[in-house]
Amino acid sequence: MTSSQRHTFVVYVEDKPGVLNRVASLFRRRAFNIESLTVGHAEIPGASRMTIVVRTDAIGARRLEANLYKLVNVLRVHDITTGPTIFRELAMIKVAATAETRTHVMQLVDVFRARVVDVAPDSVVIETTGTEDKIDGLLEVLRPYGIIELVRTGRVGMTRGARSVMIDPEERPEPYAANRAADEAEADDPNVSYSV
Amino acid sequence: MASMRTGAQIIWEALVREGVSTVFGYPGGAILPAYDALLEYPIRHVLVRHEQGATHMADGYARASGEVGVAVATSGPGATNMVTGIATAMLDSSPLLCITGQVGSKLIGSDAFQETDVTGVTLPITKHNYLVSHVDEIAPVIHEAMYVARSGRPGPVLVDITKDAQQGSTEGDWDPQDVKLPGYRPDLRASDAEYRRAADLLNSAKRPIIFAGHGVLLSGAMTQVRELAERADIPIAMTLLGIGGVPAEHPLNMGMMGMHGEAWVNAAIQEADLLLALGMRFDDRVTGNVRTYAPNARKIHIDIDPAEFNKNVKVDVALAGDLSAVLDDLAPLVEAGDRAAWLATINDMKGDVSVRDIQNLPDSGHLYAAHVINDIWRMTDGRAIVVTDVGQHQMWEAQYYHHRDPRTLITSGGLGTMGFALPAAIGAKLARPDAEVWVVAGDGGFQMTMAELATIAQEKIKINVAIINNGYLGMVRQWQEFFYERRYAATPLLSPDFAKLAECFGLGGATVKTRREVEPTVERARADERTVVIDFQVEQEDTVYPMVPAGADLHNMIRRPSPAPIVETADDE
Ligand SMILES: Cc1ncc(C[n+]2csc(CCOP(=O)(O)OP(=O)(O)O)c2C)c(N)n1
Ligand SMILES: [Mg+2]
Repeated sequence: MTSSQRHTFVVYVEDKPGVLNRVASLFRRRAFNIESLTVGHAEIPGASRMTIVVRTDAIGARRLEANLYKLVNVLRVHDITTGPTIFRELAMIKVAATAETRTHVMQLVDVFRARVVDVAPDSVVIETTGTEDKIDGLLEVLRPYGIIELVRTGRVGMTRGARSVMIDPEERPEPYAANRAADEAEADDPNVSYSV
Repeated sequence: MASMRTGAQIIWEALVREGVSTVFGYPGGAILPAYDALLEYPIRHVLVRHEQGATHMADGYARASGEVGVAVATSGPGATNMVTGIATAMLDSSPLLCITGQVGSKLIGSDAFQETDVTGVTLPITKHNYLVSHVDEIAPVIHEAMYVARSGRPGPVLVDITKDAQQGSTEGDWDPQDVKLPGYRPDLRASDAEYRRAADLLNSAKRPIIFAGHGVLLSGAMTQVRELAERADIPIAMTLLGIGGVPAEHPLNMGMMGMHGEAWVNAAIQEADLLLALGMRFDDRVTGNVRTYAPNARKIHIDIDPAEFNKNVKVDVALAGDLSAVLDDLAPLVEAGDRAAWLATINDMKGDVSVRDIQNLPDSGHLYAAHVINDIWRMTDGRAIVVTDVGQHQMWEAQYYHHRDPRTLITSGGLGTMGFALPAAIGAKLARPDAEVWVVAGDGGFQMTMAELATIAQEKIKINVAIINNGYLGMVRQWQEFFYERRYAATPLLSPDFAKLAECFGLGGATVKTRREVEPTVERARADERTVVIDFQVEQEDTVYPMVPAGADLHNMIRRPSPAPIVETADDE
């Protein structure tokens, strides 16, 4: 049995109506659980870039990749879970902060290199960017003060170095090698560390 | 010179340029502009009696010919009636183009009369679909849709065209070849290293079996499969949809595997040390319990759809690509072999559990479905196109009609859609006017789409229909017999007099109750220029044996009971 872990996929799709629906529908249809999904413009005109986080094993990840490629509007799929990659998430946190507690909250914000972007008599809004771990850590120390509202964007990711995931839209990696999955099943390390 | 065309005209013009000569459809408000233009084009339109029929006809047309089948319907109820046929084609990888009318683009989202979100409804059951709301998009989308439907792993594509797009007009011409799909790559090829790995596994195998699936037919790889099997001396087992890919009489062809395959075929699979799976997907109907499935076998999987790899069964090597091309590349790496010992082992298993020999059954006056099918097989020399419905008769057909040619068994495998046979046979006949076409349907499934008898009459189509009338929803009754203590809830079935019914439509009808009537009646039906419906009133509580109960181990089949089997030979004891 192979172990389940969070897989992060970068998916380039044609920027056309209904494509997000097709991708989301595929995950539902094949019973994969999306942990997060973000979409925005990519460097190529006419293409959008999604970052999708899914919990699955190595074989599931390869099947998912193959299924994504079956969508006619999908241009490129890349599993960036392993390898030198930068992951980031943005969060805004509205925390209760009275005159007495505000300085404590501000100190925590400093320690976590977050920013205060709004101050009201009874609250502050904190903005922070980082790995999920870092945001979780900040939330934990803020919780005692009372978190009024929270929004997180979900993970976005990019590989390190000069290479783009989408160097040449004509070129396709060989993700079809289901064979790779079998090899990876052994190599999978569930304790991938996320460097800041 | 630039000419003006309406969207409605462009629909047909594009289809004509794709070589489409026949479409199956039903008109209505939102598709009316297209219908108005139809009269100007050299396309035969078959007016169906229900849009489900149109999709099954297009599907039958596609399966018999290998071309894309085209079905047309109006918005709302017309389109939703197509859903079952689209899902049927999706699960069996059948290339279909469904064109539906949609309300005017300004009305979309307003719950206008007969507005349904058809692209939304069909999203998970189409290979791809389109909503076209501008006249200029019609031609490129239709060519794209036809290309997507037939290329790679084929499947149904739906094009929903708003009424205003049909009514709009535009100038200029277009090139049908000009298809821009940057993300769509049906042309896959595995690495040389993977080919080498596959060949090594195959060459060292002592007890290999080739699995021939639907992909053999879809890819047209019949010759390659046969040559590979012959050269390396490897027996072949077929899936239900793979039947016809290898001639039944070929000495290496063992027949059908799986739930109602012969026990010895399944036993051989459980003994095998290598499975070479060609264009099949290890469906639960062929594997039984996957945990105990072919435990000693390495598995090589060749399929055009990489999403099938490791889905149901974990494989050792997977080669993505069009089967014919993959086998062309693989064949030179495969050594000629002699696997006489393995074939002898299989032969011994066969002797132990031989298929009942219907030909030599004593005629006790009872009529059994197996008799009927076996007689039709003999009389048509195994060469007819047989279109089956879903149920016991479908499995008996697969067991007792020995198909020799590709695309001669047309059946709903993946979805198991009752009501498929009659309309699909109409499509098959129009695709292959020269072929003899038989429907083999149950009394239940036939009643689901029997309105299409009127289509047969109107279009003057000549096929023959064998209704295996057992007075039950037989396959469900069989499950109730085995797994629900014979509590026959909602399975006894009252039917009309099918012969008289056929006569109402101006078709031929006959009723057969004994075996000796089978041959003369089939002979008369074949000679009749009208479609003839024969009501074969067979033994009511007959059972399809052997059977792997759903999810059970493949080698633990329910075998023919003894003593006092209903239909047996001495061999079966
Ligand atoms: C549309 C549809 N509804 C229900 C079923 C479930 N089902 C499978 S076989 C069967 C019985 C078929 O009865 P009949 O057509 O008389 O064929 P028989 O099994 O008796 O040969 C049923 C109800 C189905 N496959 N398709
Ligand atoms: Mg019946």
